[in-house]
Amino acid sequence: MTHDTSFPKHRSFDKHRSLPDEVRLENAMAGFVAEFGPAAQTWMNACVRCGLCAEACHFHLATGDAKYIPIHKIKPFEDAYSLTHGPFSWLNGLLGRKPKLTIEELGEWEELIYDSCNMCGRCTLACPMGIDIAELVKEARRGMYAAGLLPDRLARIVGNAEKQHSPFGTPEDFRRTIRKIEKEYGVSLPLDREKADVLMTLTPEELENRHLGVAGMARVLHHLGLDWTLCSDAFEATNFGYLSGNMELQGELTVRLIDKARQIGARMLIVPECGHAWGATRWEAAKWYGEPVNDIEVRHIVEVLADAVEEGRLKCRPVGESVTFHDPCQQIRRGGLEEKPRILMRALGMELREMDPHGTEGFCCGGGGGVLANDRAAPLRLKAFEIKKRAVEATGADRFVTSCNICEMTLERDITATGFEKPIESLIDLIGTHMITDQPPLKAPGRRTARKPAERKPAGRKASARKKG
Amino acid sequence: MSLIEILEGPLWKASATIFVVFAAFRLMMILFTGRRHARARPAGSPAAGALRAILGHFLPWRALLKNGKAWFVILAGYAFHVGLFVLLLFAAPHVEFIREKIVGLPWEPIPRWGFIVAAQFSFAGLIALWVRRFVDPVVRLISRPDDHIAAGLTFAVMLSGCMALGEQSTFLRGLHLGLVELWLVYFPFSSLMHTFTWPFSRGFTGAMAGRRGTRA
Ligand code: SF4
Ligand code: SF4
Repeated sequence: MTHDTSFPKHRSFDKHRSLPDEVRLENAMAGFVAEFGPAAQTWMNACVRCGLCAEACHFHLATGDAKYIPIHKIKPFEDAYSLTHGPFSWLNGLLGRKPKLTIEELGEWEELIYDSCNMCGRCTLACPMGIDIAELVKEARRGMYAAGLLPDRLARIVGNAEKQHSPFGTPEDFRRTIRKIEKEYGVSLPLDREKADVLMTLTPEELENRHLGVAGMARVLHHLGLDWTLCSDAFEATNFGYLSGNMELQGELTVRLIDKARQIGARMLIVPECGHAWGATRWEAAKWYGEPVNDIEVRHIVEVLADAVEEGRLKCRPVGESVTFHDPCQQIRRGGLEEKPRILMRALGMELREMDPHGTEGFCCGGGGGVLANDRAAPLRLKAFEIKKRAVEATGADRFVTSCNICEMTLERDITATGFEKPIESLIDLIGTHMITDQPPLKAPGRRTARKPAERKPAGRKASARKKG
Repeated sequence: MSLIEILEGPLWKASATIFVVFAAFRLMMILFTGRRHARARPAGSPAAGALRAILGHFLPWRALLKNGKAWFVILAGYAFHVGLFVLLLFAAPHVEFIREKIVGLPWEPIPRWGFIVAAQFSFAGLIALWVRRFVDPVVRLISRPDDHIAAGLTFAVMLSGCMALGEQSTFLRGLHLGLVELWLVYFPFSSLMHTFTWPFSRGFTGAMAGRRGTRA
């Protein structure tokens, strides 16, 4: 089986804005259509301008600003597309007509394409024509990237992912951190084994701030008796190529994981608590190989745990409180895992109080699709958080959990910024701390290196206890 | 050859040919060009997902059931489209025309009152949606010249059709036929193509969701 991460053949990314504007514009349009197939072409030819997608987008709903209408976010690309690929493209070609767009105008769209779209796909479900606007925004990001138009912070992260293996750091940084977590929590983290059944991957957030979560996850994998390993040359699950529009990087990052899994003879690759990593690896890997990846089962950690619960291999002590769940878009609406976290909450004996809306209809956290990494988008994101806040409050649940650490980070920052009283917790951490097992308990770390959501007392719980009392 | 004979003869044939040839050509370009990607091993059925999306999007999305704007668009949209199809396929002069020019099969027209009800629904729907393009800032921002031209032409076709209903005026009949021919020529090069793209658009999205074991 061969892989091809070099397609589509973009001209070089204008990192230094050194190419002439005309070339950058051409690159933008070439990048936009590079991946187009029948689906994208149909979507580009189906919009009836009814405006219903606006009613689904949290950025439009939170601000009331017409510019945040989902389909409007790809306008410059749409205009250029109709000129070059529309019904009169042959005539435009003969007359030498080109898009009137300037690079400055395209630059103005950077905010709409990167800051105000999480590629969450909520608008897709609202569209009567079923146009997948989230997918079209992804194509638009490819165009923007090819023109060198990328928010600075996102560009820096992409640069780190390219240069040093991961935005977290180099393989050496990874090895050091893994050994540190082992020492801190007294847990074994198999590393760089030559053969293993399962390749486990992690996110930069886990490696930087969530050591307890990593240790807890390792304990669960040991409890399940899996033959697993982490690999210092294929540890990064997040895919900033996917988020930024850098196609080549997207392909390289995905192929690195799949190829490594094959090299160590793994039959399973586990994606950690991350939404877009699931999308990029489970649903898009086939693109880079030209055929489905059938020999490696790509599974999300939530799926692995939920299946273990259902098969009776994983049992938990009951938490016994009410909970509301934030549905991570890429796992649920776009990822097909809606039932899995609910199985885990039931296993924890929690009374689930669903938000209105929830599941595939739920609102995005506002940070997905690279928006969290793009710090200038924070004020807009905070406005969108108001919608989520109201939905959480309306449930009256004691606890607020999710299963994606990008959502968790986003919500945690928004909670801190707004003084919202209910902290966000990780469902996987809850499983880690409530699992019934013979595994040795985690050592209490000497100093606090990780957030310990399962151990802290949410203010909301106190409030509700008071109410009940 | 009189003007009406030209409109009924060569111009009708020419416009109908342009409509068929270019609409088919455009649809083929949309569906059969571009990259084809390998897809992931499915977690659910892409075909069932496609069918579900094609049918499901006839109804408003569950999360918008309490949304007044969504109901406005849906009700006006249905009034316009259902009314238009009834007029197109079952108005007495059209039935006559279809029998003569196209299928040559028996085809039952609706009674006059049915025509009036269908026309009222259709006009109400079209006007409501068109006015919204000017007054709602969201729809105003995204409306293209094409959307106004398509709405305007359709309106003109419908209005001239109602005026020509009695068939007592050759001028009105000619006007209607001329506008229909213009509409047919405009159709394949415009957003009116959504008439043919909608099932594919819904279907592709639904198939992707079905493959992933979710719904769209
Ligand atoms: S809801 Fe769909 S058809 Fe309506 S404006 Fe948005 S993208 Fe276009
Ligand atoms: S994908 Fe999500 S964030 Fe982007 S436009 Fe649609 S609803 Fe808004």
